[in-house]
Amino acid sequence: MLKNVGIVGFGSYLPQNRIKISEIASVWGKNPNEVIQSLGIWEKAVAGVDEDAVTMGVEAGQNALLMAKISPHEVQAVYVGSESHPYAVNPSATIVGEALGLGNNYLASDLEFACKAATAGIENLAGLLEADLINYGLVIGADSSQVKPHDILEYTAGAGAAGLILGRKKEEFLAQILDFASYSSDTPDFWRRDGIPYPSHQGRFTGEPGYFTHVMGAAQRLLEKTKMKPSDFSYCVFHMPNGKFPCEVSKRLGFNKSQLEPGLVVGEIGNPYSASSLLGLCRVLEIARPGERVFLTSYGSGAGADSFVLETEKPLVKKRKLAPSFKFYLEKKEYVSYSTYLKLTNKI
Amino acid sequence: MKIAVLGVGTTKFGELWDVSPRTLFREAVNEALEDAHLKIKDIDALYVGNMLSGILGGQENLGALFAEELGFSLPAFKIEGACASGGLAVHNAINSVLSGTYKRVLVVGIEKMTDHNPSEIAQALMAGGHEEERAAGVTFPGLYAILARAHIERYKTQERELAAVSVKNHYHASFNPRAQFQFEISPDQVHQSPPVAEPLRLLDCSPISDGAAAIIISNIKNIKRRKPVYITASSVATDSLGLAGRKDLTSLAAAVEAGKKAYQMAGISPADVDVAEVHDCFSIAEIIACEDLGFFGKGKAASEIARGETRLGMGRPVVNPSGGLKACGHPVGATGVKQIAEIVTQLRGEAGKRQVKGAKIGLTHNIGGSGAVAVVHILESLK
Repeated sequence: MLKNVGIVGFGSYLPQNRIKISEIASVWGKNPNEVIQSLGIWEKAVAGVDEDAVTMGVEAGQNALLMAKISPHEVQAVYVGSESHPYAVNPSATIVGEALGLGNNYLASDLEFACKAATAGIENLAGLLEADLINYGLVIGADSSQVKPHDILEYTAGAGAAGLILGRKKEEFLAQILDFASYSSDTPDFWRRDGIPYPSHQGRFTGEPGYFTHVMGAAQRLLEKTKMKPSDFSYCVFHMPNGKFPCEVSKRLGFNKSQLEPGLVVGEIGNPYSASSLLGLCRVLEIARPGERVFLTSYGSGAGADSFVLETEKPLVKKRKLAPSFKFYLEKKEYVSYSTYLKLTNKI
Repeated sequence: MKIAVLGVGTTKFGELWDVSPRTLFREAVNEALEDAHLKIKDIDALYVGNMLSGILGGQENLGALFAEELGFSLPAFKIEGACASGGLAVHNAINSVLSGTYKRVLVVGIEKMTDHNPSEIAQALMAGGHEEERAAGVTFPGLYAILARAHIERYKTQERELAAVSVKNHYHASFNPRAQFQFEISPDQVHQSPPVAEPLRLLDCSPISDGAAAIIISNIKNIKRRKPVYITASSVATDSLGLAGRKDLTSLAAAVEAGKKAYQMAGISPADVDVAEVHDCFSIAEIIACEDLGFFGKGKAASEIARGETRLGMGRPVVNPSGGLKACGHPVGATGVKQIAEIVTQLRGEAGKRQVKGAKIGLTHNIGGSGAVAVVHILESLK
C-alpha cells in the first residue's frame, strides 16, 4: 500500500470537432444503427488541423496546474504517455514542460505503451513520490491517432488528453492513490511499425487474449493484494476501446452498471487511446463525493494493464471547480462531415 | 465396398489462437489412434485434407510436414479440393486401401484460418472459385446468395426458412462439446443479424474456424468392435468451376451425381438414410443439399426443414447432428473428415445427448467451392 501518493490536480481536454458514427457508416455503406449498436459509440472527437498529442497535453496539463494551485516550478517530473508522439525522436515531455513554464529542474520522460502509456507514468511518479525524491509530478495521457479509412477502428479512434498532478502532502490530496498492480505479457494484438502511418490489429484477437486477459489479470491481482471486493467501490473505470468491452469486463469482475456508467465516456468521444481511462477518471472525480473509492484499470495493446485503487478526499469538492471540467469540453462541440474529417486528419 | 473405420478423433473447433497446426494434428490423430487401439507405427499411409496452408500460411508439402510430425517416413499426401478437401482425402484413402496398396490409412482434415483477418480469408477462399468470379469481386457469401435468390425465385423459399436451418444446427451443437458455438439462437436473432450478402445474414453463414479431424480406415472385413461401422460408398463428381457454367442454379448437379452414384454403390435409397452430415456453408446450402440428396422433393426441403423434419428427436433423416458447418464450425479442410467422424460416432451409438436413436445408415455430403466438386460417403453399422 502507498502512503504518500495522491492526485492534487487533474485536467481534461477534448478537441472541439466531433464526427458522428452514422456519418462515417453512411460513407462506407454500412447500416449506421448496426455500427452504433455493436460498438456502443455514437460520435467521436477529432483533433483540429493544428492540434496534436502535445498541444492537447499542454491544455490538459494547464488545467491540472490550475486546479492544483501550485507554481509550475514545483513540478519536478513530467511523463507524457502517447502512441502519437509528434516525433519518433524528440521528447513531447519537454515541449509540454516548456509550454507550461516548468523551468529546467525537472525530470522529463516520454512513454509509449499503446493506450496505457500514461498509467505507467502514474506508477513511476508514485515511486518517486513515495521515496520522497520529488514533491510534485505531472503525468499526461494524450493521443490524436491516425487510423486507416474503412478500417473498423475508424469508428472508434478518437482524440483527447488528460493530465494529473500527483503530490505527497496528504492535506492537498483530491484523491489518494492507495495501491496499484500491473499485468503484462507479449501479446501482439495491435501495433504500428516505425514509419508506417496506420496501426494494424488482429480483429477478434484484441478481445479475449488482449483486453480481457490483461484487464482481468491486473484487476484481480489488485483486488487480491488489497483484500478488497468490487462492492467496496463507488466507481469503476476501465480503458474504453468501445462501449462494449468495459461493460463486459466490469460484469466479469463483479461490478455493477451504476458503478461503471458515470465514467463510461466512450460513447460521446470515442477512444482517445492514452487518455481514455484517465478521462473516465476525470469525469468520475468531477462528480464523486469525498470518501468514495474508485477502481481504475487501463489497458495497452502489446499488452498490459495497470490497475489502481483511489479514495477521494475532502479538498476535491472545492478544488475541482478551479479548472474547466471534462463536461465543459464535452459540451463544446461542432460536427464535421466525413470529407472535413479526412482533411483534418491529413488524409486529403 | 466395405471399408472399416477403425478409429476417429476430432479436436475442438473454434478460434484456437494458441494451438499450432502440428498440435491440432497430434490431438486429432492421438484420439483416433486411441479409439482404434493402434499405435502410430501401425499406419501405412497418411492423407491430409487441407485448402489454405499455402495461401494463408505460406506452407505447402503438408504430406511431408505431418509425416514428420508422426515421427517416421511413411507415404503421405496433401489432397486439395477447396472445402471438399477433407472428403476428397477420405475418397483417395479409400481407393488406396481398395487397391491393396496400403493396409491401414490415416486421413486427417486440418485447417488454421483464424489468425488472419476476415478480408484476407474471404480472398483466400475465393481460390476455390472461378477467376472471372474473383475478377468481378464476388466472395463466397455472394455466390451462395445468388443460389439463394435463384431458389427463392423458383420455389418462393422464405427468409425464415433459411433461418430455420441455422436455428436447428445451433440447437444440435448445444449437445456437442467440440462445437465452436454451443449456444442456441432464435429465428429473431437470425433475422436481426447484419446482412452479409442479401438475402444471407450473418447468422446464415458458417464461421471462420480452426480445427482438425482424423479417421483410420482399413479394408478388413471384421472389425472387433461392439458396433463396427463401415464405409459402403464413396463417390465424387464435378461440375463447372464457377456459377456461370451451371445448368441450374437451384441445385448442385455435382452433388446430385455423387449422391446417385453413392446410393447405387451402397445399394440403398435416400429414404434409408437415418442421419446425415451435409455441407451447410450457408443456410441455403443445406436446403439445396437435402433436395439434391433426395431427402425431399425439389422446392420442398425448406418448408420441411422449418417444420422440424430433420431435427434431432423430431424428424428423419436427422441432418447435421454435430451442428453442421454453421454451429460446429468450418475449418475448411477438416470438415469432410469431421463429417465422417460424426456419422461413425452416431452409428456406433456413442453420440451422447445428440444421439440419433437407432441410426444404422448415415451419409456425408461435402462440397468444394460453389458446387464445383461434391463428395458423398455412405456409412453403415454392419456385423
